[in-house]
Amino acid sequence: MTLTQPVTLAPAERAVQLIGGDLTEKSLRLHLEGLSGVDAVGLEARAADLGTRSIKTTSKAWALDKVISLIDLTTLEGADTPGKVSSLVAKAMTPDPSDPSTPRVAAVCVYGDMVPYAVEALGAAHSPSGIQIAAVATAFPSGRASVAVKLADVRDAVVAGADEIDMVIDRGAFLSGRYGEVFDQIVAVKEACRRDDGSYAHLKVILETGELNTYDNVRRASWLAILAGGDFIKTSTGKVSPAATLPVTLLMLQVVRDWYRLTGERIGVKPAGGIRTSKDAIKYLVTVAETVGEEWLDPHLFRFGASSLLNDVLLQRQKITTGHYSGPDYVTID
Amino acid sequence: MTFLEYAPAPESKAILNLQKSYGLFIDGDFVKGHGTSFASISPATEEKIAEISTANARDVDVAVAAARRAYDRTWSKLAGRDRGKYLFRIARLVQERARELAVAESLDNGKPIKESRDVDVPLVAAWFFYYAGWADKLDYAGLGPNPRALGVAAQVIPWNFPLLMLAWKIAPALAAGNTVVLKPAETTSLTALLFAEILQQAELPDGVVNIVTGAGETGSLLVNHPDVNKVAFTGSTAVGRAIAKSTAGTGKKITLELGGKAANIVFDDAPIDQAIEGIVNGIFFNQGHVCCAGSRLLVQENIQDEVVDRLKQRLSTLRLGDPLDKNTDIGAINSREQLERIRTLSDLGEQEGAERWTSDCAIPDKGFWFAPTIFTNVSTSHRIARDEIFGPVLSVLSFRTPAEAIAKANNTPYGLSAGIWSDKGSKILAVADKLRAGVVWANTFNKFDPASPFGGYKESGYGREGGRHGLAAYLQSSGWHDPDTRGLSSSRSDTRGLSSSRSERIETSPAKKPAKKSPKGVTK
Repeated sequence: MTLTQPVTLAPAERAVQLIGGDLTEKSLRLHLEGLSGVDAVGLEARAADLGTRSIKTTSKAWALDKVISLIDLTTLEGADTPGKVSSLVAKAMTPDPSDPSTPRVAAVCVYGDMVPYAVEALGAAHSPSGIQIAAVATAFPSGRASVAVKLADVRDAVVAGADEIDMVIDRGAFLSGRYGEVFDQIVAVKEACRRDDGSYAHLKVILETGELNTYDNVRRASWLAILAGGDFIKTSTGKVSPAATLPVTLLMLQVVRDWYRLTGERIGVKPAGGIRTSKDAIKYLVTVAETVGEEWLDPHLFRFGASSLLNDVLLQRQKITTGHYSGPDYVTID
Repeated sequence: MTFLEYAPAPESKAILNLQKSYGLFIDGDFVKGHGTSFASISPATEEKIAEISTANARDVDVAVAAARRAYDRTWSKLAGRDRGKYLFRIARLVQERARELAVAESLDNGKPIKESRDVDVPLVAAWFFYYAGWADKLDYAGLGPNPRALGVAAQVIPWNFPLLMLAWKIAPALAAGNTVVLKPAETTSLTALLFAEILQQAELPDGVVNIVTGAGETGSLLVNHPDVNKVAFTGSTAVGRAIAKSTAGTGKKITLELGGKAANIVFDDAPIDQAIEGIVNGIFFNQGHVCCAGSRLLVQENIQDEVVDRLKQRLSTLRLGDPLDKNTDIGAINSREQLERIRTLSDLGEQEGAERWTSDCAIPDKGFWFAPTIFTNVSTSHRIARDEIFGPVLSVLSFRTPAEAIAKANNTPYGLSAGIWSDKGSKILAVADKLRAGVVWANTFNKFDPASPFGGYKESGYGREGGRHGLAAYLQSSGWHDPDTRGLSSSRSDTRGLSSSRSERIETSPAKKPAKKSPKGVTK
């Protein structure tokens, strides 16, 4: 692709520091295309190898509680209602009514127009140290809307009380090589996350890795999202298959690790969609701990975007407590 | 607690049903050995596992005689498809008893259960399945029609992959129609003896496979026995050389798979995270007890610091300890003797001025252990860059251009394997073409497949194992045109006039046919 004139990009702080003050489409492209390639076979082999760790007894008990505390309990349906959201919130606060020692989930994740109902249902539990409200925005899941509409979508959710914004990148622009456009949008969305008091809602950037198709693209998109100011990089909307996979998550964790090595700054990772069993979730914990370190096993740095995962973890947890398996009727539907 | 201190997850030993002592497996039965028996210990705990017999000269005689009898009376008379049936049966039994074999292997050898479970035993089954398929297709082995077995094969295998090396030796030998006397390594006889039980289960005809245990002396008696037709050895170059000398002029066909000091070449355009994994897998797989281990890391100078830095970080996540724990990455060194050798060479590396870095991990009180170690600042003239250490020790050297990488990679008396890491396919092919190594891996390392031939250049040995090429080590073409092997053991095999006259028409002898071949090849 040839550029007739340098397109100057929004001066995102991280990008300016890393790439330089004259941030243009071209300098961004040179940086992204200069990243080391990814060998698909090797990446998948490493992920499979991490998946063979055997997490038993005390480690398993710890891991199950940890998984719960990292869940963004999610409902993202066209059929969502205020009642459905308050039911989800109740589940988030009390995942297992039969065992009060069960930890709470990290956040609930809803569409922007459902945020007020989530705020209301959470009440006092909605605090900086309590359960967070994440809202998907920017014309989720496709991202096919004008920038003005996307930004309005974000502002609406922030004003309504969302603590976290899960935005989608423009995959069309990314795949056709218009990295600057994707970058500028993320910068603008970040700015739209700004509240009146000067604080920011946390920004999770959804790459929709199932549409990016190659691991090289995932690596580039991850860097791009971080450079543009994302606090978290997130795999998927959950509306596209494949959603989160272990190799893709491993790759994104490697980017986050490299960013930390380079700058000392910690970026979060959120695999979302398709993680339904405790066994799978524990593989992710292992991958996080052995790739970026255990300190990432914290809601500020790692989340699971999931809806059905919670109940499977609760069943496993009950099994550890009682010594025998129960069934789906012993955990609540939300 | 910290999550990374995973709770113990040991594989249970209850699945094993071990005897207190094991005899020799001769002519379908376990019999007492007449040498001095010895204890096989677990290198992780130094606890005794079982008493193992030693075969003396008389026992070796009996074993070879049993193999000869089985060859003459049964095995050479069976149709290929029937030999194949036995091999398929063995493969299935290995799969059925996979867990038991993996536990026994890890217990006796010290390698992590995840490797014996996920690599060794599945490959053992794969090897038997693969060669089972060949047994009735020997006409297509590239040796002309109706190639003949050699007779009795004497096979001596090492301790690093006890059961897998057994499979590499026995599967092609039987498929080709030979009978076998095999000697496992002294420290790792256990799985060979369990394998003997599998042979009984498979009802393999008596004497087709005989297993004699013991130390080097037994091995020497076996390979020098006058009535064996074929010697196959995997092990050290020193012993291989001695075998080559002692068998020279005896007419025995011989294959040797010996040491290595493989270069693992990392270019600056390599997929870096996967290259790090490949380096780790190249040298720390099986505690570095791998003849084709990537023990010399050749890394392009402009990324050397970054690679070493990342490598150290990765190594600090490796878990050393109980081989039977499913989360163990680095098991025990196989023997005290080997541990001493690794220590000596590593100390020498320091004395010679290389910089030593050792992963910080707790070493168990008992057993033989060596923490993953990297030497930087290594010169090509250092002993640690030249000698095979056969342990978890990596020497890091740098290069600036592909030509220098190739020159340094080839600058070794060995030539078993090499690795290349680059995202650029054309570079990989160009470099691979110039490496004098039997196996060259690109963007991977230590991958094995029964269909792929394996073997060395130079002091890494001769002959190939695996694939169609591996059959050639156990077959002779039936014709008169192969003067080197003609007459060898022919009195014993059923040489028929028919087969020799038939082979005349086949263009297997380059000496006879070049003039005819080349014009044809050129015209099109």
